[in-house]
Amino acid sequence: MATALDKPPVSVGSPSTSSQPKSGFRKYWHLYAAISPFYLLFLCFGLIPVGFSLYLSFHRWDGLGSMEWAGLSQYKYLLSDTDFWNSIGNTLIIWALATFPMIFLAMITAVMLNSAVRFKNVYRFAYFLPNVTSVVAIAIVFGSVFSTNFGLVNALLQAVGIDQIAWLNTPWGIKIAIATLMTWQWTGYNAIIFLAGLQTIPSELYEAARMDGAGPVQTFFRITLPMLRPVLLFVLVISTVTGLQSFSEPQVLLQNTSNDSTFAGGPGHSGQTMVLYFFQQTFDNNDFGYGAAVAWGIFLVVILFSIVNWRLVQRRGED
Amino acid sequence: MAFLQGTRRPKGIRGDRSRGIALHVSLILGVLLSAFPFYWAVIMSTHTSSEIFSYPPKLLPGSHFLENVRSLFDNIDFFGSMFNSVLVAGSVTFLVLFFDSLAAFVFAKFHFPGKNVLFALLMVIFMVPAQLAAIPQFVIMAKLGWIGSMTALIVPAAANAFGIFWMRQYMKSAIHDELLDASRIDGASFLRQYWHVALPVVRPGLAFLGIFTFMGQWNDYAWPLIALTNPNNVTLQVALSQLNGTHGTTDYGMVMTGALLALVPLLIVFAVGAKQIIGDLGKGAIR
Repeated sequence: MATALDKPPVSVGSPSTSSQPKSGFRKYWHLYAAISPFYLLFLCFGLIPVGFSLYLSFHRWDGLGSMEWAGLSQYKYLLSDTDFWNSIGNTLIIWALATFPMIFLAMITAVMLNSAVRFKNVYRFAYFLPNVTSVVAIAIVFGSVFSTNFGLVNALLQAVGIDQIAWLNTPWGIKIAIATLMTWQWTGYNAIIFLAGLQTIPSELYEAARMDGAGPVQTFFRITLPMLRPVLLFVLVISTVTGLQSFSEPQVLLQNTSNDSTFAGGPGHSGQTMVLYFFQQTFDNNDFGYGAAVAWGIFLVVILFSIVNWRLVQRRGED
Repeated sequence: MAFLQGTRRPKGIRGDRSRGIALHVSLILGVLLSAFPFYWAVIMSTHTSSEIFSYPPKLLPGSHFLENVRSLFDNIDFFGSMFNSVLVAGSVTFLVLFFDSLAAFVFAKFHFPGKNVLFALLMVIFMVPAQLAAIPQFVIMAKLGWIGSMTALIVPAAANAFGIFWMRQYMKSAIHDELLDASRIDGASFLRQYWHVALPVVRPGLAFLGIFTFMGQWNDYAWPLIALTNPNNVTLQVALSQLNGTHGTTDYGMVMTGALLALVPLLIVFAVGAKQIIGDLGKGAIR
């Protein structure tokens, strides 16, 4: 490319070229071209859709006919929609049931991995495996494990002499089954992230603590946990953002347990998460306008909840 | 202090050893819990439905695997769906690697007007949740006539903010400016610099991004479920969920066989790239 070689003396020698903006673009056009695919795709499948969904949330539309102006009425309805509030409650309960055991187990696993010298990579590989698996496949497995009539969990309960539980048919059974699935799939992933954080803690700190006579429990709470706080924050925020938007787990697990919709989330809608409700309103009821309003409602809940979580972890850091 | 040390030392060696054993025992317990659903899937895929429904549950593999495979192939177009999955995951991975690394190269190593604004925009885009765009995306694709075809899955996923961000961080440290300057003096064009100088250096970063993209696309479920409206032309995950019939009547042996077979390509990709993923995942989180 001869032009590229010619350019430096020209631009250095005469900064005031006759057509400054044009030559600026001509000089950089290949750079803009190189980054353009992402921005073009985002424009078509990101920015325009998000703007359109805001517009849509103020209209009634079934996806085929003409749109009707609805003003704020769909948002007003959303606030009084008991099904939507029910889905918020379900989502938060499932999130809590999955996230706290997961973080606890992941932390313990990471600490153990950090002190185990042998087979570390074998362990890491094994712990990461659940996260590689597709949610669909694993939801099918868990559906059979939690099955009322022949499931392994009930068989174990029966062997111990406890009455069978209709896991996928009761409000709490459904939530526990979904949360167990999520915990299983994400504990190892987060343990490996925690492990990476643990490895950055200087060993001198531990030595100093041992010199001062600190026991393992004291060391964990006084050194490990505070040093791990940034990583904990990362894990908590990521699992909040993904956990509050859970869809595939309840959908596959419960798609055939109720008659009205594959997005109903089981009997009594007790496993219906926010995103499942969004799918039901939009693609089962063809209520595209209201679906858009629900999507913005979900967005708001996720943002608010992420901020609350962020604050909680940070404030504890100031103590 | 001295008193404490005095009493502890003799115990120390034996204590360390039993603690080490306890450690490995609990770690192995964790591994068993991680592996159990896989084992359970193998058990179920080798039994008939009536065996699965019987009590006590079967805990060892049976002998009906081939039967289940046969009824799986009778019930869904397994290889057709797998072809679609390979097509989608493969093309998306190829496109993402090319577009993301090209954009990342520009952001990491060049200066141009508007660069900071464009990069900030990229990071904001990273945080927009998917369902906000889902309805209009569906409408746009219906207008384009893409609904029901794999194009609806491939095109919107062809470049992403995460990959550009990841590759930019990687390139910033991996590609040395001297190397680029030298190639520039030799008269290498922008594309030559990208292809011959940048790409060979960042192969590990590309491998990580590629494996992650492939796995994500292979396992994607929500969008394919909506966009692939023809039940006979779907990806493997959607086909599997179709098999999960009305409760109680599901042929679990067959469904599990499908779930297991659908895992095989993924496990191969993961086994090939495991070191890359597990090593780099940690680094990414710390940064």
